[in-house]
Amino acid sequence: MSKRVVITGMGVAAPNGVGLDNFQNALKQTQSGIRFFPELEELKFSCQIGGKPEITEELLQQYFTPLQLRGLNSSGIVYGVISGTDAWKDAGLSITDTGSPDWDSGIIFGTGILGVDKFREAIHLIDAGKTRRLGSTSVVQTMASGISAYLGGILGCGNQVTTNSSACTTGTEALLMGYDRIKAGKAKRMLVGSCGDHGPYIWGGFDAMRILPNKFNNDPEKASRPMSESAAGFVPGSGAGALVLEDLESANKRGARIYAEVLGGEVNSGGQRGEGSMTAANNEAVQRCIKTALKNSNIKADEIDTINGHLTATTRDSVEILNWTKALKREGSDFPDINSLKGMTGHCLSASGSIESVASVLQIYKGFMFGNINCDDVHPEISKLIDPNKIPNEKINKKINILAKASFGFGDVNAVVLFKKYIA
Amino acid sequence: MSEKEIITRLKKIVEPYVQRIEGMANFHEETDFLNDLQINSANLVDVVLDVEDEFDIEIDNDSMEGMLTVGDAKSIIQKKLAS
Repeated sequence: MSKRVVITGMGVAAPNGVGLDNFQNALKQTQSGIRFFPELEELKFSCQIGGKPEITEELLQQYFTPLQLRGLNSSGIVYGVISGTDAWKDAGLSITDTGSPDWDSGIIFGTGILGVDKFREAIHLIDAGKTRRLGSTSVVQTMASGISAYLGGILGCGNQVTTNSSACTTGTEALLMGYDRIKAGKAKRMLVGSCGDHGPYIWGGFDAMRILPNKFNNDPEKASRPMSESAAGFVPGSGAGALVLEDLESANKRGARIYAEVLGGEVNSGGQRGEGSMTAANNEAVQRCIKTALKNSNIKADEIDTINGHLTATTRDSVEILNWTKALKREGSDFPDINSLKGMTGHCLSASGSIESVASVLQIYKGFMFGNINCDDVHPEISKLIDPNKIPNEKINKKINILAKASFGFGDVNAVVLFKKYIA
Repeated sequence: MSEKEIITRLKKIVEPYVQRIEGMANFHEETDFLNDLQINSANLVDVVLDVEDEFDIEIDNDSMEGMLTVGDAKSIIQKKLAS
């Protein structure tokens, strides 16, 4: 019999909540994590706001040894280690410092770019002729796989330990890669997730592309407006999300709590053909990705009751909705309820897929749907396609059976995953 | 600077890198950084940088290679301080 894959642990470091409980409360209360950053104003950014998880010194000391904290200047590693360690413990798994590694557990933890602040430090030293002053952790804090390497060492994983990278699709792709590995019988459990650094060196390139909102610097919580007529670009964010995926048999054997089941999904690319480009999605590819994800999961379009979209708060939002309506052949009041986390967190870039997957699974497990903030003026292009009531402004209590989650990224890449409520 | 003071300062510098805490109880000139204190060899680079900052000296690569024990480090520091 084919293996089933379930989610047994989760962790998150999001702009509106660090730790699963804080994050869940923020979702239920539709709390925004978007803030103004004076540093961005000094640097003359057009968009001077962003989403950044708040991490205290005390919290850092719970996750890192004093030695690891020396010279640690990679925010992606901080967020990734916090969420990954939390997910592991949340799954009821132990961490032992002695003996053999856990051969049955692996990690796929993605990122877009890692440790830019550390890299900046290194560049300044190198340019000043002081390469010998870099210290021993410059490499591990800035290599892309630094995050999976840190987590692999902390948790003692002996299966595949790697990092994937596919822009804003990264987190959702990591989840599906971990799913495939368990499905293939090569691992019993995989910690999957993704992280993204914060700050001007990550966000500057997007600011230069003029795709970020610049009229909300005095009103940050109103800036991120997915599906709204007044959406003016995405607000840049950061953070990390992590999920422990596990072979159902293994989860049952150890009596683990099960949040939800991963039914399957699909990743593909539009090849930057047709309307697809480096920065825009090919619609045929998006629709194909959704349809194939359904097929791979043995699900019919009308079984989906909730969608957590990519929906970044740009003019592309209505195109995404159009693609959903075409792929599912559902529109108007027949369309499933839909929401976007980005109204509260901004677009956490490489971390978005995993943070949003954590939010999606929490919704299934706890039976609610978080509200879409800043969407009281649904874009007319969208209300032409679907009933605006399908875009709740506030939290609604709702039994969710099957939820579809999508992420799309630069390079014309797509990922769609299907989660299902688990009933023992 | 007295030998005792150099060794006291050195002890404080290496402390965060030490993985075998028992080794610190008996910290003397023969104490070997890698064997007795089990400092990760990659971290020796960081110890050297911290020593440079603490004593305001520069330790070149050749000197660093000969720095295996507390006594070696003390001698190198003394030599650099005198030059």
